[in-house]
Amino acid sequence: MNIHLATAAATPGDPILNISIFGAFVAITLIIVLRASRNNKTAADYYAAGRSFTGGQNGTAIAGDYLSAASFLGIVGAIAITGYDGFMYSIGFLVAWLVALLLVAELLRNTGKYTMADVLSFRLKQRPVRIAAAITTLVVCFFYLLAQMAGAGGLVSLLLGITDKLGQSVVITIVGALMIVYVLIGGMKGTTWVQIIKACLLIAGAAVMTVWVLALHGFNLSTLLDHAVKTAGNPEILNPGLKYGLTDVTQLDFISLALALVLGTAALPHVLMRFYTVPTAKEARRSVVWAIWLIGGFYIFTLVLGYGAAALIGADRIMASPGGVNSAAPLLAFELGGPVLLGLISAVAFATILAVVAGLTITAAASFAHDIYASVVKKGKARPEDEVKVARRTVVIIGIVAILGGIGANGQNVAFLVALAFAVAASANLPTILYSLFWKKFSTQGAVWSMYGGLISAILLIALSPVVSGTATSMIPGANFAIFPLSNPGLISIPLAFILGWLGTVLDKVPRDVAKQAEMEVRSLTGVGAEKEAVVH
Amino acid sequence: MGNVALEEEVDAVIPAATFHRVQVSDEFQELRKRHRSFVFPVAIAFLLWYFAYVLLAGYAHDFMSIKVFGSVNVGLLLGLAQIVSTFAITTWYVSYAGRRLDPIAAGIRHEIEGPLGVANDTADQKESK
Repeated sequence: MNIHLATAAATPGDPILNISIFGAFVAITLIIVLRASRNNKTAADYYAAGRSFTGGQNGTAIAGDYLSAASFLGIVGAIAITGYDGFMYSIGFLVAWLVALLLVAELLRNTGKYTMADVLSFRLKQRPVRIAAAITTLVVCFFYLLAQMAGAGGLVSLLLGITDKLGQSVVITIVGALMIVYVLIGGMKGTTWVQIIKACLLIAGAAVMTVWVLALHGFNLSTLLDHAVKTAGNPEILNPGLKYGLTDVTQLDFISLALALVLGTAALPHVLMRFYTVPTAKEARRSVVWAIWLIGGFYIFTLVLGYGAAALIGADRIMASPGGVNSAAPLLAFELGGPVLLGLISAVAFATILAVVAGLTITAAASFAHDIYASVVKKGKARPEDEVKVARRTVVIIGIVAILGGIGANGQNVAFLVALAFAVAASANLPTILYSLFWKKFSTQGAVWSMYGGLISAILLIALSPVVSGTATSMIPGANFAIFPLSNPGLISIPLAFILGWLGTVLDKVPRDVAKQAEMEVRSLTGVGAEKEAVVH
Repeated sequence: MGNVALEEEVDAVIPAATFHRVQVSDEFQELRKRHRSFVFPVAIAFLLWYFAYVLLAGYAHDFMSIKVFGSVNVGLLLGLAQIVSTFAITTWYVSYAGRRLDPIAAGIRHEIEGPLGVANDTADQKESK
C-alpha cells in the first residue's frame, strides 16, 4: 500500500542484471511455446491442448496457475508484516482444493469439454445459462487479471528501480503485450508448458530459500520465530489477531475472507478449464493430487519465508522499500543470496505474473468464443476454425483491457484483489456448479437466479465496501459511500447465491429434462464418451 | 444432442435410452451411492474442521497463543494440522476411488461403449416407434 512513498530507497541488486535474467527467461519460454504450438489446429488443440497432458504435468501447471503473484509475493509479505493472520491465506487457499478434488474436478472433466458453461448448461436451457456462465467467467477473470497486473507494477518498481507511475505503466504494457504473444502463438499447450516451467522454478527457488533461512537459525523453527519477534519488537506477530482482531467488524471480515477462500478455488474458471487438458477423469484426479502436494508444500515454505523476512529484514524496512508489502520475498532473496538470487527470484515472480495472466486470458477468450460466439450467436453452427479465430481476436481485446485495468489498479494490494476474485467466483459459480452436479431437480431458473444474484450482490457489496471508498487506503480515497462494513463480500453473497439457486428451482414450474439429467449423471460418474479423445487426436 | 459441446469429439452417438437404462441399473446406483457416501460426509467434516479452526483464529486469540514448545504456539500447530489433514484426505480419497469407484465406473463405461450396449437400445427405440 505504501508502494510509492519511498522513492529514495535504492533498488536492491542491479537493474541490468535483473532485466537480463528476466529477458533470458522470456526468451527460453518463448522458444518452448513456439515448439509446443506447432500443431494447434482444432479447437480442442487450442483450448484444451489436444487433451494430451498427463496428470503430473497438468497438476504442475495447475500449481503454476494457482501459485500466482498473490500466493508468493502476497503471502510472504502478509506473514512478514501481519504475522499469523497472513498464514490464514495459505490455509484457506490449500484446504479449498479438497472441494475441487472431492466434489468438482472429475465430474466436471467427464461432463464438459472446454469451458465451465459446458457443464452448467448441460441439462438446462442452453442460451440463458451459457450467457450467464460466460459473463461470470469474464468478470472473475477480469478481477483476477487486475490483481496480477497490479502486482506486476509493484514488483517492477522494486526490480528495475522504476518508481514513477509512467515508467510502471510502460512496463505493465510490455507485460500485457508479451502475454498476448504467448497466448496467440501458444494456445493452451504453450501456456501450459510455461506454467509447468514456472511452477518448477518457483517451487525450487522457494525451497532453496526456505532451507537457507532455516540453516541460518540452526534448523529450529522456534529460533526463527524468536528472531522474528525480536526484529519486530512485538510478540503478537506469532499470534492471531494482529490484522483482523482489532474490532468486531474486522473479525467478521476474517470469517468472510476464510469463506471466500475455501469456496472460491473450485469455482475459478481458469482452474476448472485446466481439467480439460487431460485425457481422462482419472488423470484429472491425479492432477488435483499433484497440485495439492505441490501447493501445500509451497505454503509451508511461505510460512518460513514470511517469518524469515520478518526476522532478517523486518516489517519497517519492507514497508519502506519500493514495492511495499509485496517486496518481502525479493528483499529476502537479496539478503540471502545477493543480487544474483534476487535477480533469479524476481524473474520467477515476474514470470509467474506473465504465465497466470496468459492462463486467465485464454480462459476468458475461450469462454467468449465458445459460449457466446459459437453457442449463442452462431447457435452451435460455427465452424471450429472460426471459433478459434474469434478466440484469438478476443485475446487481443482482453489483453488491451487488462493493460488498461492494470495501469488503473497499479498500487492496489495484490493478495487482497485476488481474494475478491475468489469471493466473486464462489458467489457466482460455485452454487450452480454443485447444484447441477448433485441436485436432480435443479432448474434453469435456479441457475440463472443464483449466477446473476451471486455476481451482482458480490460486486455491489464490493462497490459499497471500504475497499472502494471511505478510508485513506480505498480506491477512491476522497469519496465515502461505504455503507457495507466488510471488505470481503463472501459472508453475505455466497449464502445468498445458494439460497437463490434453491428458491429459483423450487419456484420453477417448467418440467425438467429427465433424459439430459440421466445422461449428465451417467456421464459425470462414469466418463462415458469423454475418455477416448486423447486417442482420437 | 442438445449439448453442442460434446458433439464433435464423441464418435458414436449414444441414444438417450441407454443413459436412462444405465441410470436406473443396480450397478450405477451402487456407484452413485458409493461416491456420495464418501464425498458428502468427508466434505462436511473437513469444512467443519476448517471453520472450527477459522473461528478459533478469529475469536480465541488467547487459546491460539499458548506456547507448546519453544515459541511454537497452538495456532501454528493447528494451522500445520490443517495442511496435514488436507494431505491425508487427499490420499484417502485417491485410495478409496481407486478401490471402490474406478472398477465399477470402468465396467459401466465398457458396457455402454461396447458394441452391444448402444445397439440394443437403438433397436429398442426403433421398435417402440
